[in-house]
Amino acid sequence: MSAVLQSLVNQPYKHGFVTKIESDVAPKGLNEDIIRLISAKKNEPEWLLSFRLEAYQKWLTMKEPEWQNVHYPKIDFQAISYYSAPKPKKKLASMDEVDPELLRTFEKLGVPMHERAALAGVAVDVIFDSVSVATTYKQKLAEVGIIFCSISEAVHNHPELIQRYLGTVVPVGDNYFAALNSAVFTDGSFCFIPKGVKCPMDLSTYFRINTEGSGQFERTLIIAEEDATVSYLEGCTAPRFDTNQLHAAVVELVALDNADIKYSTVQNWYAGDENGIGGIYNFVTKRGLAKGKNSRISWTQVETGSAITWKYPSCILRGDNSVGEFYSVAVTNNYQQADTGTKMIHLGKNTRSTIVSKGISAGHSNSSYRGLVRISPTAEGARNYSQCDSMLIGDQCGAHTFPYIQVHNNSAIVEHEASTSKIGEDQLFYFSQRGIDAEEAVSMIINGFCKDVFQQLPMEFAVEATKLLSFKLEGSVG
Amino acid sequence: MIVNNSKTLLMVQGLRASINGTEILRGIDLTIKSGEIHAIMGLNGSGKSTLAKVLAGHAAYEITAGTVRFEDKDLLEMAPEDRARAGLFLAFQYPIEIPGVANTQFLRLAYNTIQAQRGKEELDPLEFDDFVREKMKLLDMNPDFLDRSVNEGFSGGEKKRNEILQMALLEPTLSILDEMDSGLDIDALKTVANGVNHITNKDNATILVTHYQRLLDYVVPDFVHIMQSGHIVLTGGKELALELETRGYDWVTANKRSIAGAIA
Repeated sequence: MSAVLQSLVNQPYKHGFVTKIESDVAPKGLNEDIIRLISAKKNEPEWLLSFRLEAYQKWLTMKEPEWQNVHYPKIDFQAISYYSAPKPKKKLASMDEVDPELLRTFEKLGVPMHERAALAGVAVDVIFDSVSVATTYKQKLAEVGIIFCSISEAVHNHPELIQRYLGTVVPVGDNYFAALNSAVFTDGSFCFIPKGVKCPMDLSTYFRINTEGSGQFERTLIIAEEDATVSYLEGCTAPRFDTNQLHAAVVELVALDNADIKYSTVQNWYAGDENGIGGIYNFVTKRGLAKGKNSRISWTQVETGSAITWKYPSCILRGDNSVGEFYSVAVTNNYQQADTGTKMIHLGKNTRSTIVSKGISAGHSNSSYRGLVRISPTAEGARNYSQCDSMLIGDQCGAHTFPYIQVHNNSAIVEHEASTSKIGEDQLFYFSQRGIDAEEAVSMIINGFCKDVFQQLPMEFAVEATKLLSFKLEGSVG
Repeated sequence: MIVNNSKTLLMVQGLRASINGTEILRGIDLTIKSGEIHAIMGLNGSGKSTLAKVLAGHAAYEITAGTVRFEDKDLLEMAPEDRARAGLFLAFQYPIEIPGVANTQFLRLAYNTIQAQRGKEELDPLEFDDFVREKMKLLDMNPDFLDRSVNEGFSGGEKKRNEILQMALLEPTLSILDEMDSGLDIDALKTVANGVNHITNKDNATILVTHYQRLLDYVVPDFVHIMQSGHIVLTGGKELALELETRGYDWVTANKRSIAGAIA
């Protein structure tokens, strides 16, 4: 049984190809000049350059974190190129003018932009390396006052919003990788939902790292004003390379009174080969501020890729009655490592948070859940419910749970449940005795295990996630 | 029932099997024809459940000797899923729980897999729903079962009913029911037995693996085999089970030669 399963799990990464597009690459290394170069390339205002330089100064004083349960060789930050942009042949006015090579790349990935965008009713802000190439549906959104554009565009067109909110949820010196991102971020998405507006469609961004050796430093900022609602989808694939690539993104969400932000991610960066060579280092800081009363921030993530994942999408529940949610599926296989979870910081009265984490480990991989629930003295009547389940496939992998619970208000109710299970011979035998082969059995067991999370995803994403998991775990049982 | 013109479904000859180097089956001979119901009885550790698992193809057991023909096929050469698709069914003593997977989804996948193998029509979720509800009546099952996760939180009796429901859906040629009666109260036992009786016919065959005689009051076997230490030590008709019930397994141990002689 195990040989068949092994061969199934070891199928090559489907999205491993390099698009040949002329790139404008900055010299390797990080110093003030490079930051000035990035800022100048992007015609940025002085205040943004100052923001970057301040972050850089903070970063210089910081140390790379070592507390996480992952192991990798030290990153040489001077060996990375911090800026890489496809050279446009001319200014792009419509999708038709996008480099055909680039469009072919998206097709290989199964993301035919126009069809997908049109059929699914999804506005896709396509990120290719670091520069936004095309934005669809922008006008339709503009009609209801929604701004959905690249962050560089927003810097020029809506500087007051960027200045007011950038770095307010994740300060420049928040952590080592956030500081690095703040210093060198090249592009990302900006989304603003004005007061009272329910965003009429799911907003979606596909990220893709393309130039070998270039870091990817995305910056995303989403603001939902009073009574506004938005659902945002982020999906990732990356081509195959032998050298490790660093991805240090920062995502900031701000929800004002009664606002609701739902942020969903399917992450499938290149995970390295079956021997653990190559793959993306995914060191991400994602945080939402539930600033207003009755606001809600909900993170849903399906993490299947990357050699190393280090991310804790968090909620700061400042508004009274605000709600924070974290639904996560993290899958590791071969030699992948994931240390992921969330932080729920309860500040306001009657704030509520829910954490549902599902970790699946196969091969020689290691998966850790790390979560903090903090009930501050001001958080009268706060509630948290956490559920952390791990599933092991095979006997070479590991699953770990590190819950941190800090309660400083004795009116709080905090619950934590955890379980570990294993897909073993007996489970598979039961399925096979009903005529169902191992591949389908694993897929069914896993999808059942992840159901609580998948049902939080928008429909198309849920389908994609289900397929992705089956693909990632094919044949990993033995 | 013993029928004329029956065909041989299963022929086990000299079967030996071990797990982790310990031999559990030490030379089993067993022939089963269509229409027949066989009971295999024995104490814990006698090898009767192992025989069931080995026939179904559990990977933990190593076959060290013997042959098994299933209809015209070499059963031991077949993967467990192929045995199932060929019409061999095992009702588990301890069915596994599959959290998050709706029972109906699992049942339909199993049903359609077997149907596809037989070149028969697969059912979509709505058609299947009608079909399965009919079958559930047979076992007096609440339709709520369909939406619950497979076996999760099921009582012992509910799990057994769910196994027999699968037997009813998949219409196997040979069914092996492993300790079907364990954990059942008398009403549940009657219901399950009634379901089994409904499914058996002149074209299929059933093996009841059981510790106790009481199941055999409701599903009446044509043959009773008693296993000890990996051998079938006695074979007789249904009266053998009754004899065993009154006299106990010690009687078999002490007298197997003379009993065998008497029955023969």
